[in-house]
Amino acid sequence: MTDTSKQINDEARLRSLTSTTVPPRLAQPAAPQVRRSIGRISGRDVVVLLGSGLTALATTELLFGRLAPFRGRLGFVVVAFVLFVVVYALLVSLTEDRPQVVDRVMGSLFSAAAVIAGAALVSVVGFTLWRGRTALMKSNLYVQDMSNTGPLDPLENGGILHAMLGTVIIVSLALVVTVPLGLACAVFLNETRSRMRGLVRSVVTAMTALPSILAGLFIFATWVLILGFERSGFAASLAISIMMLPIIVRSAEVVLRLVPGNLREASEATGAPQWRTVWHVVLPTARSGLVNAVILGVARGVGETAPVLLVSGITSTTNSNPRSNPMMSLPLAVFEFVRSPQPALIQRGFATAAVLMVLVLALFTIARVIAGRPVGRQSKRQARRMLRRSAKDLGRIEIVVGGSR
Amino acid sequence: MQTKTALPVRDDERPSPTPREISSRRGRGDRNFNRGLSLTGISVLAVMAAVGLFLTIEAWDAFRAVGFKFFTTSTWQPDRRVFGVAAVLLFTVLIALLAVAIALPLAMGTALFIVEVVPSWLRSTFIAIVDLMAAVPSVVYGLWGLFFLQGQIIGLSRWLTTWFGWIPLFNVSGDDPTSPLASGTVYTASTFIAGVVVSMMVLPIACSVMREVFSQVPPGEREGAFALGSTRWGMIRTVTLPFGRGGIIGGTMLGLGRALGETIAVYLIISPRFDVSFHVLENGSNSVSSLIALRTPEATGFGLSALMAAGLTLFVMTLVVNFVASIFVARSRSGAGSEA
Repeated sequence: MTDTSKQINDEARLRSLTSTTVPPRLAQPAAPQVRRSIGRISGRDVVVLLGSGLTALATTELLFGRLAPFRGRLGFVVVAFVLFVVVYALLVSLTEDRPQVVDRVMGSLFSAAAVIAGAALVSVVGFTLWRGRTALMKSNLYVQDMSNTGPLDPLENGGILHAMLGTVIIVSLALVVTVPLGLACAVFLNETRSRMRGLVRSVVTAMTALPSILAGLFIFATWVLILGFERSGFAASLAISIMMLPIIVRSAEVVLRLVPGNLREASEATGAPQWRTVWHVVLPTARSGLVNAVILGVARGVGETAPVLLVSGITSTTNSNPRSNPMMSLPLAVFEFVRSPQPALIQRGFATAAVLMVLVLALFTIARVIAGRPVGRQSKRQARRMLRRSAKDLGRIEIVVGGSR
Repeated sequence: MQTKTALPVRDDERPSPTPREISSRRGRGDRNFNRGLSLTGISVLAVMAAVGLFLTIEAWDAFRAVGFKFFTTSTWQPDRRVFGVAAVLLFTVLIALLAVAIALPLAMGTALFIVEVVPSWLRSTFIAIVDLMAAVPSVVYGLWGLFFLQGQIIGLSRWLTTWFGWIPLFNVSGDDPTSPLASGTVYTASTFIAGVVVSMMVLPIACSVMREVFSQVPPGEREGAFALGSTRWGMIRTVTLPFGRGGIIGGTMLGLGRALGETIAVYLIISPRFDVSFHVLENGSNSVSSLIALRTPEATGFGLSALMAAGLTLFVMTLVVNFVASIFVARSRSGAGSEA
């Protein structure tokens, strides 16, 4: 009995699985299906966005001064944004369900965060250029120093030559130390199999975040207090080196990691020793990225104020000797100018800050252009140079046809 | 089908081939090369160790003079042997926490905007904006804070203390917000303004770490969420944020490390004070690094040793914060294994 009943059961189940039930046809056909748009932005979205934006602006305008005693620019922006989010959510909820509304609101919050970041950058750059514009126009800013200029002198007198020269000297000296050491350390982290690599890597990371004042304090404690040298541009360049080194190591290491392993193996397969592989294959392949790393380090070093303040000191004369006497740098000059209450000096401070910022931004743009090229891709000039070199190599190779060896 | 194997003709004359000795031992040049490279690694370690060591040596006198009271005294008078970092450290931490509190939501929003919201042709522009923010020297941020932001933000400070003055943090003594003649000078040079300016420097650091981690979210999981009918925010909440948790924490702590050590911008904005106060909106604040920058140029002997002790405190603090941060960041990277 059990057997047969099971069999019947199974058959029924099988039939129910394999048969297809056709839904009963409705008397009236439902409305024809509309093709759903899956694109990100539809015309309706734009209208809703614009509409809620306008509503928010208009309402806030009414609230500020007309209907309620609100005032202040910051308050205006905040109230307008809050109103915008509320109105936007309301409009979206007319057609969409809850998850969609939440999605739109969160999207507008993210966009607002990015806009705030962008606005902050624009206002920092714009404000500095604006306040420094008069002093920037005066050509004496770039060719004079402050040695013959009193605090009450007009902008036509005095400049920041001493600070520009000091920055160039200090950063060049720092580069002499950091470029070989930094690149070698990056090669160490990436090309060797030493057991210390993990430790070195985490120490370099920690060093990236070393407060700059401590680098200055360290050089002050050792170079000035213990070794007894005087405060000088060289001491400043030592302190700046400590700040630049970890940046160069970190970004160079990231680039070296991108060098394809098969290039290394190809080189080793030809019998090249490791140091030749690194020198002739790895480093040239990553050249653009390495230049980028050095530029990033320079951009960091140029902007450091505190270490220079501690170990080099403030001066108003041009000093081209890094071994003795205080030496000024651009950020230190900014700092010194704006500590004074004199309007002319403050204007000079802004002009100096503008020069410094343009320098850093230019360095940064160059770095981005260079880094835009992927590792291992040659520019046209590099490719031509490689061709020439290998043509020269061909001359050395003796082709023996039918030889025995 | 049958296959035939042709055996090679045996040649007894030839000596049997012996396997060639293959050694992975490097030549002398390479060994020297490796030694030289290790030396550079050691030198980096040595520099960092020397920073800690020499700060400790120089700070020894100060620590021996006051002992543990160094962390409980708030005045700074090394010549009378009465000094400590209680107030300075408190202000440093307050500035850093404020900066992180402001920068964290902005950095997270910006990172999510860059990774998820912005169309791809605009993405590199926003990445460049964040990178440029990181590249602007801190003295420029200080100028901006001192001459631009301070004027704008006093209204906000007054509003906060008017409505939220009952929270001790926002209380301001010495100003009656209801008086129309109040000048607003009580609100200048405060911890709050310093915190806002430092947050502008923390934002790009935290943002770039978060962006990096968010962009490593396995595409399979993202698309899986979308395929299940999730909205973009639903996907972010269930996939991106859990995946990037390590990056969010690590990026925030890296920013905190930067905020603790910020010197020149804070120095420009605050007017130093040495009493313990939690009123962040009030005039006057301090920080370890600006204390060092302010006092070192004219300090001698024992005063210098006291400053070194303050520097050592800052060194240990940033080191701990950064090591914790790098552990979190490293851990979040290892989560990328779920891609398989």
